[in-house]
Amino acid sequence: MATETLTLGKALNTGLRRALENDPKVVIMGEDVGKLGGVFRITDGLQKDFGDQRVIDTPLAESGIIGTAVGLAIRGFRPVCEIQFDGFVYPAYDQIVSQVAKMHYRSQGKVRIPMVIRIPFGGGIGAVEHHSESPEAYFAHTAGLKVVSCANPQDAYVMIQQAIASDDPIVFLEPKRRYWEKGPVDLEAPIADAYPLHSARVVRPGTDATVLAYGPMVRTALDAATAAAEDGRELEVIDLRTLSPLDLTAVYESVRRTGRCVVVHEAPGNLGLGSEIAARITEECFYSLESPVLRVTGFDTPYPAARVEEEYLPDLDRVLDAVDRTFGW
Amino acid sequence: MAKGDPGAAARSKRAAPRTRRAAAAGEPELVQLLTPEGERIETALGPDGTEYRVDFTDEEYRGLYRDLVLVRKLDAEATALQRQGELGLWASLLGQEAAQVGSGRALRTQDMAFPTYREHGVLYCRGIDPIMPLGLFRGVDQGGWDPNEFKFNMYTIVIGAQTLHATGYAMGVAMDGKTGGEDGEAVIAYFGDGATSQGDVNESFVWASVFNAPLVFFCQNNQYAISEPLERQTRVPLYRRAGGFGFPGVRVDGNDVLASYAVTRHALDNARNGQGPSLIEAYTYRMGAHTTSDDPTRYRIASEVEAWQAKDPIARMKAFLTKQKIADESFFTEVDEQARTESVHLRERVLAMPDPQPVSMFDHVYPNGSPELDEQRARFSQYMESFEGSAH
Repeated sequence: MATETLTLGKALNTGLRRALENDPKVVIMGEDVGKLGGVFRITDGLQKDFGDQRVIDTPLAESGIIGTAVGLAIRGFRPVCEIQFDGFVYPAYDQIVSQVAKMHYRSQGKVRIPMVIRIPFGGGIGAVEHHSESPEAYFAHTAGLKVVSCANPQDAYVMIQQAIASDDPIVFLEPKRRYWEKGPVDLEAPIADAYPLHSARVVRPGTDATVLAYGPMVRTALDAATAAAEDGRELEVIDLRTLSPLDLTAVYESVRRTGRCVVVHEAPGNLGLGSEIAARITEECFYSLESPVLRVTGFDTPYPAARVEEEYLPDLDRVLDAVDRTFGW
Repeated sequence: MAKGDPGAAARSKRAAPRTRRAAAAGEPELVQLLTPEGERIETALGPDGTEYRVDFTDEEYRGLYRDLVLVRKLDAEATALQRQGELGLWASLLGQEAAQVGSGRALRTQDMAFPTYREHGVLYCRGIDPIMPLGLFRGVDQGGWDPNEFKFNMYTIVIGAQTLHATGYAMGVAMDGKTGGEDGEAVIAYFGDGATSQGDVNESFVWASVFNAPLVFFCQNNQYAISEPLERQTRVPLYRRAGGFGFPGVRVDGNDVLASYAVTRHALDNARNGQGPSLIEAYTYRMGAHTTSDDPTRYRIASEVEAWQAKDPIARMKAFLTKQKIADESFFTEVDEQARTESVHLRERVLAMPDPQPVSMFDHVYPNGSPELDEQRARFSQYMESFEGSAH
């Protein structure tokens, strides 16, 4: 096994490189993805090795990036678009939800749009406004799109390749505050038969309560589980990985066993993914629940100034507090 | 409405005999090969000095006339079907037949078109069964043709969105090495005057220009975006926008099928030969409503409509064919009869279109399916089956 220790960002870069090597129809496009290698360097070195027809620096217009990628996809290419930051995706929102998501449906399956929209998302890096948002619910609400998020380098490496190989249009959310966290990556991991793209995974088994998270919050949930273990509580942590469609099979199994559940995400709580997940768990696991499903989320404010983002973002203490509350019923 | 272009005369070359720089006095500068009275102009000069001409056989002239009449008749039938409650909506092309047939016939088999929801004439020229868009407007499907087979993409209702798709597709053509030479591919994007205000259209101009995409932007300026007149969209003639983006623009008489053909063929050939994008503004007029939902008498005056009636694309072609003895009364009668037969046939087939099975709404949401959706479909099917045998 060719296992290396890579940062999540480098794992994505390596996965993108592998995808470019394996399929000549894969093209990467976005602002600054070429010579600069992206503002987070996720596409570092790729234009140098694959040329400016495979790694395309685009004009500065997000709707144009997505809209032209749609045309390329119709033509038979597999575009991988980079949106520079979460808060900049909105100019492309119409193209994503009205065109990318619906073309397969409108054409009764005759037109496929096998594209990936990569978005560095979430806060925690001290950025200025529009650079720290969590827009996942907007996309998860749109039929025709699939929305996934990776949380560790191994998943980053495999999932980006799986997303590119899939004929479904995929919004690929990258936890930007975790870009620099390292972990082992099996570079020979097969993409076809490995852990499927649309599947949740238990990342820490436990018996007393279930904590659900995705993307940047998986690390937070794991840290909370470590802290809770010191207090004698064994938390089961599940990385959802796929936000649309949700894979709740493992979640239901877990909640039926633990009887308690906390959902964690950075996005505002109102109509966020946590609301949907809580409702679904309530429908499916009602008689197993010892307490209501609780949510730990960002607040229903615009993303605040960076100097208070640590208070805005769910952290270890807020997760532990919610776990305590589930035991208070 | 846009005014004439006083600067044009200063730039004009001295016109050769039977060569015309612009249309009759009072008209905005445009390329014209067939006057409203049916007089042929051998050569017309574009704003950059390009000479436009066509060289059709008599049979081809008659074919274009037949296209115009058939397309108008099918459109009229669809409008009637909507009025009788058989279609939920219809976007009529009445008045725009020449722009659509001219540009549609200029396409080669390998060229790809990206239409709006009004390009029924182009659709017809692409060899697609004219019943196809009626399913969309009747609400039994969302348009049934295969865009890849016919090289004619789905109708796009969001204004201007398809111009970006066309641009990306054209970039792909170039990346596939399919430009250069007669067998090269070109792409055409259709949109209206209102769409030129959209960000997507302007972004597509930027993209097409900087990537030298083999693309023709074909704007049918029919003077109104629903109720809003052209002067609410622009203060300069639309074709001149192209200059600011770095590619040529030309205004053509959109009611002249010959000129529409000539400028489109020229632009497509330039694109397929690697000379990049261009913009055609087909100056025309929507004789009917934007769709069957609006009332044009609220926003435009009868005299304006009458003035455009005098420029009718079919009448002028008929006058030309008659004067030149290319066609006689028996031909016109035969075409009218064919149009009548086809429209009756279309009506019968529309009325026979079955409603889709309710469970089909779950089809084709995702190429790779979705477990959640599969579950919803199963529950819905079970629910529907629970009514079987009941009075429901």
